[in-house]
Amino acid sequence: MGSAIPRFMGYRRENGNVGVRNHVVILPLDDLSNAASEAVANNIKGTMAIPHAYGRLQFGADLDLHFRTLIGTGSNANVHSVIVIGIEAGWTGKVVEGIAKTGKKVEGFWISGHGDLKVIEMASRRAHQFVQDATEKQREECWLNELYISTKCGESDTTSGLASCPTVGNLIDKVDEMGATTCFGETSELTGAETVCATRAKTPEIAKKFMDTWTAYNDFINANKTNDLSDSQPTKGNIAGGLTTIEEKAFGNFQKIGKKAMFIDVLEPAQAPTSGRGLYFMDTSSAAAECVTLQAASGAVVHLFPTGQGNVIGNPIEPVIKLTANPRSARLMPEHIDLDVSGILRREMTMDEAGDKLIDIMLRTCNGRFTCAEALGHREFSMTKLYRSA
Amino acid sequence: MTNHFLVHETTDTVGVITVEGVEAGQEITGWQVDTDGTLKMIAREAIALGHKIALVDIKAGDTIIKYGHDIGKAVADITKGHHAHVHNIKTKRW
Repeated sequence: MGSAIPRFMGYRRENGNVGVRNHVVILPLDDLSNAASEAVANNIKGTMAIPHAYGRLQFGADLDLHFRTLIGTGSNANVHSVIVIGIEAGWTGKVVEGIAKTGKKVEGFWISGHGDLKVIEMASRRAHQFVQDATEKQREECWLNELYISTKCGESDTTSGLASCPTVGNLIDKVDEMGATTCFGETSELTGAETVCATRAKTPEIAKKFMDTWTAYNDFINANKTNDLSDSQPTKGNIAGGLTTIEEKAFGNFQKIGKKAMFIDVLEPAQAPTSGRGLYFMDTSSAAAECVTLQAASGAVVHLFPTGQGNVIGNPIEPVIKLTANPRSARLMPEHIDLDVSGILRREMTMDEAGDKLIDIMLRTCNGRFTCAEALGHREFSMTKLYRSA
Repeated sequence: MTNHFLVHETTDTVGVITVEGVEAGQEITGWQVDTDGTLKMIAREAIALGHKIALVDIKAGDTIIKYGHDIGKAVADITKGHHAHVHNIKTKRW
């Protein structure tokens, strides 16, 4: 690998993937197992429970997505080891089996026939061992192009399209040349820019796959909408920030993939990239926590999040680096902003300089520096549910 | 010199105010990003940071161009220098 590719100190996992955090996760299979999972995380310091709302009576593609999201979350290279707790043995075992394929330590416990208290004791004893192993794991030298980087923007305004999204785009163009893996999503939020986005597909087949994915999402919106979505997309926050239409928002959003990088495949929600290193599009909702949760479940280890009006999002698995070009948000909400690029709007900073600053803060974050969201304890984990349970 | 607004592409019919406190009647300076040029115009009303200003006279029904692309349609006339937003522009989708 060339000397031009920057290095950082990361965690190399059993399957060769590179992480930037070293979590011991207590993962509930279902809503019923949140209480026991949180009790274990409270008993054993240095572990983290990830409570969520679902996991019962789901079926078909929605159930597949539930498993893919949980298994992907546990398999993420930012995770050292996992305790899975479910109400029963069958589905608990399925998640354990999926995560075990990475070679990392994982063990499942189920509440039926035991009760919360016995499970909490058994799981706590195992978590105790895992966290002692995890805290002994050393960081090693890794290369930037071994990273899997995701991006999604939120509480966008016009400054997002002018400067903070193009700053991410500048980084994407640079790391794409180095051979990093990157991912953008937000299917519905490309509406208006979809045909321009399709021209950034590497091949006509990938362009068609993208357009089919976008069309299916747009058909779903058209089938379920009760108005012109003017209260939802753009959001109230977007409109307060000056964004008027979905088309305008889409062209701003689209700036995040830069000017040169071409996407090499279209991923299902939470699907891990398997077509080699490069830029991927993932079919996701445009709601911030849902999208980042799916990207982290696909294996992304660090996230770049441009915001205009000041979205405060974090994620339990991957650090979320927030940047803004809105000088008002940077001034009023500094505890949420990792990088202020408002200088671009004042013509004091070029896009190229902003992109380099973002690479710098990204590598510092990968080395272990807490993001604003990590310091504040933001761990938004929102599972995507495709339809009602049976 | 203070920069008050930005324009993405030369074909755009709206620009974005990038500072706080632009007042009616104020002469404002803009940055044409694609050509790195400088623009001057008069703001005809107070326009907030992040909100759009009409760069030309726009008629109801006209397509609004930003990023060099169609971002919706005018639903009322918007004269040059006025605020362009949800009260006079709507999506062509949904």
